[in-house]
Amino acid sequence: MSNPYLPFRAAIIEVRRETAVDFTYRLEADMQVAGGQFVEVSIPGVGEAPISVSDFGDGWIEMTIRRVGRLTNVIHHLRPGNSLFIRGTYGRGFPLERYAGKDLIIAAGGTGLAPVKSLLNRYGGNPGEVKSLTLLAGFKTPADILFRDEIERWRRQHRVEITVDRDDAGGWPGRVGLITGLIAREPISQPENTVVIVVGPPAMMKFSTLEFIKRGIKQENIWVSFERKMCCGIGKCGHCKIDGAYVCLEGPVLNYTTAGRLMD
Amino acid sequence: MAYWLDMDSFNGILKELSADNVVYAPVKMTGKGAFSGTDLVAYREISGVEQIEFKEKSRFSPKEIVFPITQTLLYFTEEEYAVPGTGEKGIIVFCRPCDVNAFKRLDEIFLRNGGRVDSYYRELREKVRFFVIECAESFDSCFCVSMGTNRADGYDVFIRAAGGGFLCDVRGDLATLFEKFGGPAEMSLRFIEENKTKVSIPESVDQSVFGHGIWREYASRCIACGRCTVSCPTCSCFTMQDIFYEDNPNRGERRRVWASCMIDGFTAMAGGHGFREDHGDRMRFKLMHKISDFRKRFGYNMCVGCGRCDDVCPEYISFARAINRVDALMKEAVENV
Repeated sequence: MSNPYLPFRAAIIEVRRETAVDFTYRLEADMQVAGGQFVEVSIPGVGEAPISVSDFGDGWIEMTIRRVGRLTNVIHHLRPGNSLFIRGTYGRGFPLERYAGKDLIIAAGGTGLAPVKSLLNRYGGNPGEVKSLTLLAGFKTPADILFRDEIERWRRQHRVEITVDRDDAGGWPGRVGLITGLIAREPISQPENTVVIVVGPPAMMKFSTLEFIKRGIKQENIWVSFERKMCCGIGKCGHCKIDGAYVCLEGPVLNYTTAGRLMD
Repeated sequence: MAYWLDMDSFNGILKELSADNVVYAPVKMTGKGAFSGTDLVAYREISGVEQIEFKEKSRFSPKEIVFPITQTLLYFTEEEYAVPGTGEKGIIVFCRPCDVNAFKRLDEIFLRNGGRVDSYYRELREKVRFFVIECAESFDSCFCVSMGTNRADGYDVFIRAAGGGFLCDVRGDLATLFEKFGGPAEMSLRFIEENKTKVSIPESVDQSVFGHGIWREYASRCIACGRCTVSCPTCSCFTMQDIFYEDNPNRGERRRVWASCMIDGFTAMAGGHGFREDHGDRMRFKLMHKISDFRKRFGYNMCVGCGRCDDVCPEYISFARAINRVDALMKEAVENV
């Protein structure tokens, strides 16, 4: 009888520091992944948590993990050669076929950049797949900016706008202000041919989505990715249910026509 | 086939069955109730029919037999893990018609929802045979007729306790055993056809009721203790929990434990963000699942109308009344269109 809760051991190949609290882990794992999907990551005796896959390739997956709790505190002590236990992948990822030939705008807040990282890399390598790609990313402070190297690479491939909510330390040469400001100013030449992905904290997603709708983007052309407590990842434990939807099954990537109607 | 058995012959059957089965039934435990001087009726392993509580409703449902309150999923050491077995024995459950219907609902979640089978649930569930206790009369808080769960199918034995003995309708391979101990009899099955408590299920519930004042009223009453979900035979939520042994921190277990959408922390993510902090919103969420969300997925309602949640609520919140209030709100909404 196949047991859906059995994790497998995946060796850590590489650890990269992104910020003081965010680290990217590359694991040796042979998995079928669609960008936006997640895995259940665990350390026996410590616990298990859902983490989105931030990038993947032949025989490896990457996750960018913020130190926020019991499990992630322990994960942050791991080094290459150690391993994590994982099971998955779970949930629905981004429907790439819906973005082909369109102007794609990705709006990401904070760690929300992780679930869309694979998309940015994918379109960087296949520039013809979408008509254009724009990344709008907002972080709390300059110290919270993730994927600095990748962002520089993406700047050469796509339009990239970065903003920070505040610049406490001073000396940040870029924009200061909320991401909704970026959206409001973003030149959108053909709203009817523009598709949008919004990923980030709940408030950021809510107001960013509203801003895009204000800019003339159709609801059916907006996708969001929900973050929820997901203990099982397979529609059993009930924690991620909103209205009639299980985020682990129907999400975490949801079209706004569905997501906008869900009420907690 | 129907058989008549006195207590001794029924115990003869139980004795034979016990060789290959663990038998669970509602048992009355004197003085163990929630309030002083009250008794608790809950499911326990039994060896004789005289231990079974045939008259009173059980406070907890038999779901814990197949979906234990705490269940070990993996035992692990530093290097590897092992999956615990569930033993060779079958499981016999004495329960009411509503409870059999409740298992059908648990089956939807654990065996079908999302297309993946929960192997731990299935392993125990496949062992279960139901011995249904006929409801001679409805309890005050029951509303099984409204929910269409007053009748039970899928049982092996249907039992009526009467005249110091037991009249049993037996299906399948157990007939041989009953024939050995009992005498042939005539039996027509009786089900509850009317409850004192009645609910009217709204055909559809839209979000217009989500912001209604009734939820604030529940918020002021509900203390988020989760008793309603613990006693509910169809609540199936759980949380993963890892523990390690104090005397050997390199060894431990991954378990699942019952969780409740009514209790603090149900939606809390690492970092602290949570949803439905308001107790009234939790009541709404639970109600919607029981009478609408589940139906949209599986075609029938999750609630079986056993009324246990109403029996156990320390704040005297009636779920049946809440359903009727939502129904009235929806009817009002239709009239106002």
